Formats: sequence, C-alpha cells, structure tokens
Amino acid sequence: MRFMVLVPGSSESEAGGMPSTEILEAMTKYNEELVKAGVMLAGEGLRPTSQGAKVRFSGGDRTVIDGPFTEAKEIVAGYWIWECASRDEAIEWLKRAPFDGGVEIELRPIFEADDFGEQLTPGLREANERLRRQTAHN
Amino acid sequence: MSGSAGRQPTIRRVSPSATHRAIDAVWRIESTRLIAGLTRIVRDVAVAEDLAQDALVAALQQWPESGIPDQPGAWLMTTAKRRGIDALRQRVALERKRQLIGRELETLRQLNQPDLAAQVEDVQDDVLRLIFMTCHPVLSQQARVALTLRLLGDLSTPEIARAFLVSEGTVAQRIVRAKRTLAEARVPFEVPGRDQLAERLSAVLEVIYLVFNEGYAATAGEHWIRPALCRDALRLGRILAALMPREPEVHGLLALMELQASRLRARVGPHGEPVLLADQDRARWDHLLVQRGLVGLRRAEQLSRALGPYTLQAAIAACHARAHSVKETDWPRIVALYDGLAALTGSPVVELNRAVAVTMAFGLEAGLELVDSLADEPALRGYHLLPGVRGDLLVRRGRLVEAGEEFARAADLCDNDRERELLLSRAVACRV
Repeated sequence: MRFMVLVPGSSESEAGGMPSTEILEAMTKYNEELVKAGVMLAGEGLRPTSQGAKVRFSGGDRTVIDGPFTEAKEIVAGYWIWECASRDEAIEWLKRAPFDGGVEIELRPIFEADDFGEQLTPGLREANERLRRQTAHN
Repeated sequence: MSGSAGRQPTIRRVSPSATHRAIDAVWRIESTRLIAGLTRIVRDVAVAEDLAQDALVAALQQWPESGIPDQPGAWLMTTAKRRGIDALRQRVALERKRQLIGRELETLRQLNQPDLAAQVEDVQDDVLRLIFMTCHPVLSQQARVALTLRLLGDLSTPEIARAFLVSEGTVAQRIVRAKRTLAEARVPFEVPGRDQLAERLSAVLEVIYLVFNEGYAATAGEHWIRPALCRDALRLGRILAALMPREPEVHGLLALMELQASRLRARVGPHGEPVLLADQDRARWDHLLVQRGLVGLRRAEQLSRALGPYTLQAAIAACHARAHSVKETDWPRIVALYDGLAALTGSPVVELNRAVAVTMAFGLEAGLELVDSLADEPALRGYHLLPGVRGDLLVRRGRLVEAGEEFARAADLCDNDRERELLLSRAVACRV
C-alpha cells in the first residue's frame, strides 16, 4: 500500500527560512531510517506559497491568484510517499518522525490505478500516456 | 497487499484491538533488526529468532496494559536479552559440572552489555550481516530463499509455503534444517571480506531476484503474477541498496525490479490472463516505479565502468520503459545490450531473448535463424518459451501450421495455468 504523508507549513517555512541544523539533522536521520527500511519511495519539500499561485475555477472563468496564502495551517510544505504493508505500519513510522509543538501530520492512502478500474476513457489513457512519456524522459 | 494480519508469527490473538494492530506494525518494523542484533550476540539464528519471539509474546502480554513504549525497538531488544540471560543462566547451572560453559559465559557477558540496539549504525550492519548469513552458499538455494523471507522478509511459514506452492511442513523443515546447517558449519556472522564479496553478494542478489521472478512470472500455479512477492523482493532490494550504496549491481538489480514491477498492473487482463509487453496499455505502467528504476540505473552506471548482468538487464528494461510503443522502442540498442549480457553469462535463455530483439531490430529472417540455431541447445530442452518464441515468429512469417505446433508444444511444457491457457488459445488461433 502506498501512502502520502503531508507536512503542513508554518510561519517559518512560509518566510522561506531553513529549519535549524538540529531539526535538519533529526530529519536526515529519520529519512535514512525510512530508506534503510525500504519504506520511502519519494519525498520533497515545497517552496513557500509566495512563489506559488492558485487558479480559481468558476464556470468558464479562470482567475489566477498569486501567493502568498495566509492560512499557514492549510498549506502543504512537504510530502513523502511511502510503501508500507498496512495503514498501521505507516502510522507506526509516522509516530517516529521528529516533529513537535502540536503540529499535526496527515497520512493518506494513495489510490492505486486499479482502484479506478475501467473508468479511464481511451482519451484519458492517452493523455496519461503522454504525461508518462514526458516524465520518463526527464 | 498480503496484509498485516497474515504476516505475523504464530501468536493467537483474542481480539485484534488497536493495540494489537499497532504491535503487529511495530513487529514488522523491528523484527529483522531485532533478530539481526540478537544473532550478533548469541551467534545462532535459531536462538536469536526464539528470543525475538519471546520478546514479542511479552509485548503482546504487557503493551495492551502499559501502552506501547516510546522506543519499542529498544524495549523488545532489552526484553529479548533478558530472556536470553535467564535461559543461559539455567544452562550454565546445569552444565557447571561439565566443562562446556566457556562459550555460554562469553555470550552471557555479551548479553549483559549496555543496550546495543541504540547504536543505529551497528544495527544496520547487523541486518547486512544477517542477509549474508541467510544467503550463505552452505545452504541450498531453496533454503536460502525460505530463511531470507522468514527472517528478513517477515513472512510466516504458511506464507512462504503458499509462495512456492509447497506444504507448510516442507517449509518449516527447510527452515529448521537451514538454521542447523548454519550452526553446524559455524558460519560467521559477518559481511564477507573483499576477496569473497563479489561472489557472496551475487548469491544474495540471486535470492532476491528469484523471489521477485516468482512474483513476476510464476513458474507454476493458477496465477501468472503474484504482486505481493514482487513487493517483498523490492523491499529487500531497497534495504540492500541503502545498506550497500557503493555496489553497482545492487542498484542494478533494484532498478531492474522497479522497472519490471512498473508493468505489473498492465501485465494481467481483467480475468487474470497474461498480457504480453507488446499488447500492454502503457498508460497503466507505474510512473513512480519507472522514475525510481531509471534513477537507480543511472546510479549503477555511474558506479561501474563494466556493467554487470543485473545492470545490463535494467538497461534493457529501461529501453522499454522509455518507449511509447513497441515500434518506437530502440531495438538495436537492446540487441547491443543483449550482446553484452550474452558475453557475460553465456546463457542460452539470454540468447533466446536476444533473438527476439534481433527480430525486432533486423527482421524476421535474422531472428528465426537465431532461434533455429538454439533448437538443439540442451539447456533449453523443456523450456516452454523456446517453442513459444518460435511459434510467435512463425505466425508473423505466415507459417501458421508450424506455429500452431510450436504453441501446442510450449503449452505442454508450461506449468503455469494462465500462461498455458494463453499458449493453447494461440495454438487454436493458428488452425483457423
């Protein structure tokens, strides 16, 4: 089973500041453990929302809203993708992460392509294929 | 996934409460490191596994009341060591009259050392030592596979039995005998030195790839693929790659498995029938695994000038992963990579695969000629894919009668139900 672990932003991450050496070291050690257990498939940190944008959809209208966005709690600052045998195993791994200060880290199972069955239309499949082609060449 | 419940040792649980499920999860995370750490101390995998199981039983008794400790791994290690001390004290008391207690006293001293589990580096090295032990050449290949899956893959005996379509009794016996063999041969708990490393590492890689292949193309049974086995092998491969980051072939094997596994869900149709590479819906390939495979391949290529057999196979798999269709595949490059692989391995199975690539790159005649030249190859006698491939080429040549005969022959030799059905249906199609 695959899981996405979503790490929320904070006022510090939004200000573009790097975490302290201490936190970085703890996080590096934790990431190493995840890799050495064969659990971590991917993981990245995201730049502050000031460098991002939102697009609002309303009927045929598309409105672009530039960052920063104010609700830091609702902002994702990073993510992991894990492969675990069960939700319980993923939770157990997450419990070991070096977070503190009341922060809540969310863990969500990822839909596997088979969960969609035959819902994908041939056109959609083709688009997916193009996308795959592009990413595979990067 | 094979699920958390089926993976656990033979402990009967009254109710699968949240705590029990959490203990299951802790066990999956900790068991290998625990067994590895204990093996270093007691120098016997059977004893180490027993002690680890004792600690698990203690956790199942105590944690529902006390809650899960902050450092469950350290708790399990301390408890296991305490059990070990108790057991040894009894034995020392019993054997005091004899003179056999030297080794026991040394072990007792080791068990009394401060908690070594806290030293992460050490523990990781222990896991690596354990892999080399369970894949030791003193064991038969079947024994290596069973013991590795048991101690490092966290698979139960029934699960291993199901994976290899043998009885539970057979697996249990294999594991017991393997442990005894290791003890009797006094196989050291260590990572082999430079002079032996290449050979011993190749034995480890072979075990992992064998598990993967049994999941990727089951040799027998009613399912053509068993994704859970592929995942077990991938997990072992990922652990090994993290523990031996400088070894090109470790990354090569992992890249090969990631790339092949990326096609798993496109490899079976809605009714479990095999779907061959040419007919696969490439949009269904797993992009994340493709990415990981390509990155791993790059690392393997950077680490070594002369590419090893797994890296070469990964490079071939990468040619497919990068191609949008069979037609757009870089077949001449695949032929060149097979040339390298054939020179390295001298394997007739590689020659057969090379013949397919030659057909795609240089035309039917060239391919057929190569396949025909393999007809009398003793190593391929009884290998269903030889007539299977020949049938395929003959169909394209329009020689349907001969092709039908080849498919029928291939079906006869095939032990996997699903693959046999496919071959038989192709044989029938040739007659119309």
